[in-house]
Amino acid sequence: MVTLGDYLMVSGLLFTIGFAGAMLRRNIITILMSLELMLNAANLSLVAFSRFQVGANGLPNYHVQVFVFFIITVAAAEVAVGLAIIVALYRSRQTTHVEDLTTLKF
Amino acid sequence: MPLILFWIFATLMLVFGAAVVINRNPVASALNLVVSFLGLAALFMSLDAYFIGIIQVLVYGGAVMVLFLFIIMLLDLRAEKLRRINWPAAAGGIAVALAFFVQISYVVGHFKPAQKTFPPLTRSTIDDVHNVGRLLFDNYNLPFQIIGVLVLVASVGVIVLSRREVP
Repeated sequence: MVTLGDYLMVSGLLFTIGFAGAMLRRNIITILMSLELMLNAANLSLVAFSRFQVGANGLPNYHVQVFVFFIITVAAAEVAVGLAIIVALYRSRQTTHVEDLTTLKF
Repeated sequence: MPLILFWIFATLMLVFGAAVVINRNPVASALNLVVSFLGLAALFMSLDAYFIGIIQVLVYGGAVMVLFLFIIMLLDLRAEKLRRINWPAAAGGIAVALAFFVQISYVVGHFKPAQKTFPPLTRSTIDDVHNVGRLLFDNYNLPFQIIGVLVLVASVGVIVLSRREVP
């Protein structure tokens, strides 16, 4: 049978992949995709905990699923704003490579 | 959920998730991301969260992915040329990610409930849209309205950001 730990490990592995992508890649769009992977890994472990805690009515904990719904909404808004910033950045600098964007570097 | 299906979808999600990070072409990365999200939606449905699985497909597989592909095509990004790799930074990134994964597996390994299987449901969750909706509009009505305002602000902000001439 599938245990809670299996889901948590898969979720942790997906988060690690997204984390490594955000650390290693130098293209802003790919970094944004890696951030999406990390958000979704968090959602997976939340839904696994929701299914794990079956209440007295014999149903999963739906409070967690409402929370996941909010996370998905905020993530969609975040992607829209992030991509708009990338478009504005590309207009002024003609690049999406983070090593070319060092104005704020100390 | 049969064990074999869980591992098929988990492997699908992880392999295509890794392909997102490895691919040099942004279009290929975005298409790999779709498959990864569809595998994740299948995992949500395996956890009896049908509503979350459906909105995962709609929001990520549909809206977010179209947005990513649209921006990549708009900016006309090609596969990035192989630059000189900054080896210390790359090794540091991999080491931090690995250390993070070791910590996660340590915590999950020592978390007692993680060894248990999921308790059976006594009622069907096929109508969980009803249950989530009741909770959303009864208990979480104020956060729901705030999220609505947030999405409005985001869409206005996107229009302001992407105007052609910045004053």
